[in-house]
Amino acid sequence: MNKEIIFTMNTAFRGEYKIHGYSYGKGEKAACIVGAMRGNEYQQLYICSLLAQKLAEIENQGDIVSGKEILLIPTLNYSSMNAKKTKWISDDSDINRSFPGNPKGPATSRIAATLLDRVKDYLYGIQFASFYLQGESVPHIRMMETGKESTSLANLFGMPYVLTGMNRAFDQVTLNYNWQELGTQAFSVYSATTETIDDYSARMAVSSVLRFLTRMGIIKYDCHGGFISTVIKEKELVSIKADEAGFFRQLVGINQEVKRGQVLAEIINPMDGSVKAEILAPTDGITFFVQNSPMVFQNVVIYKLIRRMHQ
Amino acid sequence: MIETVVSVDLMVEEVLKVKKNHLAPDFPDGNERRICIVSGLYGDELQGQYICYEVIRRIKMDYAKLTGIVDVYPSVNLMGLDSKIREIPGSGMDMNMLFPGSKSGALGEYTASCLFDDIQGADVCVDLHASNLYIQEVPQVRINDDKVEDLLPIAKCLNTDMIWIHPSTSVLNGSLAYSLNHVGVRTVVIESGVAYRINQKYCNQIVDGIFALMKEMGIWMGDSVEPKKNVVTNDSDMTYINAESSGIFIPNVNMYNQVKEGDEIGTIVNVITGSVEEVVLASATGMICSLRDYPVIEEGSLLARIVGGVTNE
Repeated sequence: MNKEIIFTMNTAFRGEYKIHGYSYGKGEKAACIVGAMRGNEYQQLYICSLLAQKLAEIENQGDIVSGKEILLIPTLNYSSMNAKKTKWISDDSDINRSFPGNPKGPATSRIAATLLDRVKDYLYGIQFASFYLQGESVPHIRMMETGKESTSLANLFGMPYVLTGMNRAFDQVTLNYNWQELGTQAFSVYSATTETIDDYSARMAVSSVLRFLTRMGIIKYDCHGGFISTVIKEKELVSIKADEAGFFRQLVGINQEVKRGQVLAEIINPMDGSVKAEILAPTDGITFFVQNSPMVFQNVVIYKLIRRMHQ
Repeated sequence: MIETVVSVDLMVEEVLKVKKNHLAPDFPDGNERRICIVSGLYGDELQGQYICYEVIRRIKMDYAKLTGIVDVYPSVNLMGLDSKIREIPGSGMDMNMLFPGSKSGALGEYTASCLFDDIQGADVCVDLHASNLYIQEVPQVRINDDKVEDLLPIAKCLNTDMIWIHPSTSVLNGSLAYSLNHVGVRTVVIESGVAYRINQKYCNQIVDGIFALMKEMGIWMGDSVEPKKNVVTNDSDMTYINAESSGIFIPNVNMYNQVKEGDEIGTIVNVITGSVEEVVLASATGMICSLRDYPVIEEGSLLARIVGGVTNE
């Protein structure tokens, strides 16, 4: 393993800020893996820590394929994690909304530009991303529908689902989009959680990356074959909203098969404890996402369902 | 007439209500033109609060002169305004990246959708912003280069010091202005001042401009100012000065100052060693149109912008 400084800058009060990268193997730029970009992405950093351990073991055993290099960048934004902030510590900007970046611009833009320049030549780019809604989701691979995406490659991660989505307004300034634009096959790996550690899904994410690297001939690693992924389009997910605001009593978790009309959750009046609303499944299907705040606003998305699919 | 545009139950007891003040002639004939004035997409930008107040106050002072429809939406992200948070509290989402919104989305997307629907059909929309916490800005209109023909006549009425034409490729398509222009509602963005503050001089200048625009549109028959002859600029006329050191920025110039290339803009000092880390020099000749307001900076922080070839009158 070789440790390098990807980016460095001085700060006003905290001394030098360095972003480190760890490379395994030497040779062709085969795969680059990027972890937490925000201060609340504990799960994403945890996944990187597990992956670093595995990659070090694989390298020590001589099982990185000769002439292949893997670069792991666990976090771009550890100061915000230390300060319990989500976005950049000094100006609340978001690194993953700053791509392709500007080397002469503000700090997050410089980080984005420097990172992109360092990682743009890798064949495969993998980012441990956090779901844009707060809650738990079924582990999956997400790809943007840029016309350059390859769902057949995404299947090689062996995750239960591959989700493809149209570009949202903010996608064009993300790492994943810009990676793809520069010719790297980019994948976002979503684990179940963000702000809490879910060890099972973290290990699932690590296994999926090692499985992919094995199948692409970058490492030698014997692992379970995983799932034959089901490919779904994001727009086909059914959003279920809270009709009322109040406490959220979850009755059905993620990855559960449900029937039309089944009660998924209850909204409780915080003042008198009465059930203000029952949240019913509008269709048969599998729960893909469930929000995990103790309380919910009216009209927020609390579930996403894969319609008419069985386990 | 005060109308509720968005109503969402909050988690405990409260109901979030985004309201507008719908000002229309007492005897409308159904052919009135309509302008929408929107403010408070960001909870830390307060310039629009004063501007909305002043627009409504002046109309009510001389209501008979109103010959069109003025819809004023002062406080869109009202949870952010109440809690002094720029984004939507809780989700942390940028309200101005969520348009046109979605009725099936979360709080921000739902609010965006209701607001967007309510504005549709208007002739013109003015989206009022202040700067962020860090940089103060001279009053300026910002428009996209692919909409210049439609928007420049509106922008020229607004009595600002500058009109900045941006490349459309640099504008995110989730903004209110982009989304409304996309459906044919001519929309301009006004920036001025700095976050968390109200600069009455700038605000009154913009209010005068809004009345000049309303007069031009046939919405207002009362008095209005002759709009300033503003500078029309694009990205190539704009020079950014970013810090190459971290520390405390001590400016040596003021807004609107004319500087020459090589003039000292300010210094960046190290407070523990008592030393000057960097003397910041102007890299172009022109007028200071943006200046760092928040003194703590880091490498890359924007310190100033200079718009080239401008002479103060």
